[in-house]
Amino acid sequence: MAGEEDRTHAQKRPETGTLLDARGLTKRFGDILANDRVDLAINTGEIHALLGENGAGKSTLVKMFYGSLEPDGGAISWQGRTVAITSPAEARALGIGMVFQHFSLFEALTVAENIALAFPKPGNMRKLAARIREVSEDYGLPLDPDAVVADLPVGIRQRIEIVRCLLQEPRLIIMDEPTSVLTPQEADRLFLTLQRLASEGCAVLYISHRLEEVQRICHHATILRHGKVVRECDPTRETAASLARMMVGTEVMGVSITDHEPAIGRTRLALRNLTSPATNPFATELRGINLDVRAGEVVAIAGVAGNGQGELFDAVSGEVRVGPDMVCLDDGPCGNRDITWRRRRNAAFVPEERLGHGAVPGMKLSQNVILTRHGTGDGLSSAGFLSSKMAVGIEQRIKKTYDVRMSHDDPEARSLSGGNLQKFVVGRELDRKPGILVVNQPTWGVDAGAAALIRQALIDLARSGSAVLVISQDLDEIFEIADRIAVISRGHLSGAEDARTMTRERIGLLMAGDAEKAGAA
Amino acid sequence: MFEAVLLTVITAATPLLIAAIGELVVERSGVLNLGVEGMMIMGAVVGFAVANQTGSGSLGVVAAIGAGMAMSALFAFLVLVMVTNQVASGLALTILGLGLSGMIGEAFIGVPGLKLPELHIPFLSDLPFIGPVVFQQDALVYVAFALVAGVSYMLFRTRMGLVLRSVGDNHASAHALGYSVIKVRFLAILFGGACAGLAGAYMSLAYTPQWVENMTAGRGWIALALVVFASWLPWRVVAGAYLFGAVTVLTFHAQAQGFGIPSQFLSSLPYLATIVVLVLISANRRLTLVNTPACLGKPFVPDR
Repeated sequence: MAGEEDRTHAQKRPETGTLLDARGLTKRFGDILANDRVDLAINTGEIHALLGENGAGKSTLVKMFYGSLEPDGGAISWQGRTVAITSPAEARALGIGMVFQHFSLFEALTVAENIALAFPKPGNMRKLAARIREVSEDYGLPLDPDAVVADLPVGIRQRIEIVRCLLQEPRLIIMDEPTSVLTPQEADRLFLTLQRLASEGCAVLYISHRLEEVQRICHHATILRHGKVVRECDPTRETAASLARMMVGTEVMGVSITDHEPAIGRTRLALRNLTSPATNPFATELRGINLDVRAGEVVAIAGVAGNGQGELFDAVSGEVRVGPDMVCLDDGPCGNRDITWRRRRNAAFVPEERLGHGAVPGMKLSQNVILTRHGTGDGLSSAGFLSSKMAVGIEQRIKKTYDVRMSHDDPEARSLSGGNLQKFVVGRELDRKPGILVVNQPTWGVDAGAAALIRQALIDLARSGSAVLVISQDLDEIFEIADRIAVISRGHLSGAEDARTMTRERIGLLMAGDAEKAGAA
Repeated sequence: MFEAVLLTVITAATPLLIAAIGELVVERSGVLNLGVEGMMIMGAVVGFAVANQTGSGSLGVVAAIGAGMAMSALFAFLVLVMVTNQVASGLALTILGLGLSGMIGEAFIGVPGLKLPELHIPFLSDLPFIGPVVFQQDALVYVAFALVAGVSYMLFRTRMGLVLRSVGDNHASAHALGYSVIKVRFLAILFGGACAGLAGAYMSLAYTPQWVENMTAGRGWIALALVVFASWLPWRVVAGAYLFGAVTVLTFHAQAQGFGIPSQFLSSLPYLATIVVLVLISANRRLTLVNTPACLGKPFVPDR
């Protein structure tokens, strides 16, 4: 196989202390070989990074370790003994724990109940609650066992998953993109916990897109591409660029900002004391948000998930109506207008959730094109009739420009992988060259190459005279593309500051609540 | 007089209570079975037929439970194995039950029925007023209360209940943790079927001991509504069922007194009153949201 030749052993692996050793693991889904004879060895006390683009087969591989998927070929040995891990319960019994990327928590249940579900015999709930308190405080991740998960912010939810793992006294913890929902400070705390675990002899298999993190905390890295192991290396001896190159196979283009002093024009999107009550018990109230986005610039809103980003997006896009003067587009007040009215006035919106919100799962891509663009002067609709031919034309153009990969022509939205669908929903709006673009999490779950493409397109759109507002939880992304940065925290928005003088520390402080003061000031 | 009214309230409420508590368990597991009416009427006709043929009320009850379970097993096969649409399958189950029961019951129309005996609990049943009302009921009234208490305990105090609620809240996570979503749901649906069958038996063996076509008269639908308006909480179902029973009986008396209110309005009153009151008590949106099974009605297909 191709991977064999260019594999190097950057680090001598001690033969003793191998905890988990996978040999030739293969998994096939229909025609696709998700994992092709993957070899991977994890040592005791090692933080081992698993790197790869979307669809490289990382999740498939760890699901086989955790017993959620059964391998079609190959063998796993655990502490020197060949084992068949046929269920998650069996994996947990061996000492393998997992923290999922999309949390596997039950929102309607309490913290203690969620944790009890992961144990075959949790015993007395009161004793379990006491254990949760003790262990979570010991590791600096305090939890209230009686809190209902639905009421908790994302950072705390991840703690539940981690504490649930720790209570099982695991020998190996698998973490799937753990920092994607954390503030920089919360991530630092997580790294301390991981380093402590490693020093206690527990191994960690760490999946992440963030190469700086991998370099900072991981001892060893295995890189997957198209289901095969292409490299193993010591990440501390690599650069972020060289790691990215190994993942993608070619050079990854960073975004190029040709014009560091963009020609800033008039204000095209203005939020004036935008206030909106919480519509349900789990929503966030927006409290007096002020922001100007001007022609030629990209303004980014940073913040930890669940601090009002979704509510802000809904108010700006028109899914939730507010006072007319609270949202102004070029032509004036529109806070009480619907989304189509705003689209007709040259604004475009990309929501966070691509499947079910950004696109209708059961409809073809060309039909999804019509859904957001029927009223925007593309000629898709005339005298009440729709032109599907034209829609297919636009769909083809998006496919080509944004490299949307599909198995056959014009498939249903649900058949696309997450990253590909994201390219489509962002591309659909970019294709219009809107004067005002608001996008929530533009590159969530998109691989490095495609993310760079989308980011470059956002910058180019701004430089051509549009106003671009990006809501993102990815600070690397924000620093890459934003001209000005504001931070949202519990429904307050801090003033937008120049990206060149903004620091991560300051963003972290604003995320943690200083935005409220800064917004009020 | 008041005593007699109370007695009729209890008999009017019991079938609703039994059917609703079964459906509550089904919905807590994340499945919406709209076939309650169909399973209930099958329980009624099979229970009546078996009791009539064997002369044993108990055998009739057991057969009714079996009939409800058989109907629900069909539903479970359709929605869990074939992954059909739950709403359509449930409606089909009701239509099937109504038709099939009419066919089976044709021979039993006008045949005198068998009434389940009342249990006289020694000494207690001799108490004035309380005795006849509380301690002189047929066995199924006590069974209904035992079911509510048992289900409530099971749901919120046992591991089985925790797993059931977790499957209803997030089937993907339950699956990822290694619980068998299909198995849990299958058992829950069977329990719901058993309860609906039992409720049907109550109709034809205790409430009005005879067979009349379509005799459940929409009580299966009321049971479904009760579950929703009770925010999936067992003791609230009791409140709803008894309120419905009380208003039903009151309207009979009102008609007998001849208040000059149109009878159509009076007979719609129990439905109206139950819904209004339950809407009011479910006004606490937070509580309702937390108790609503988030996966209700969503089909589950495990990864390969």
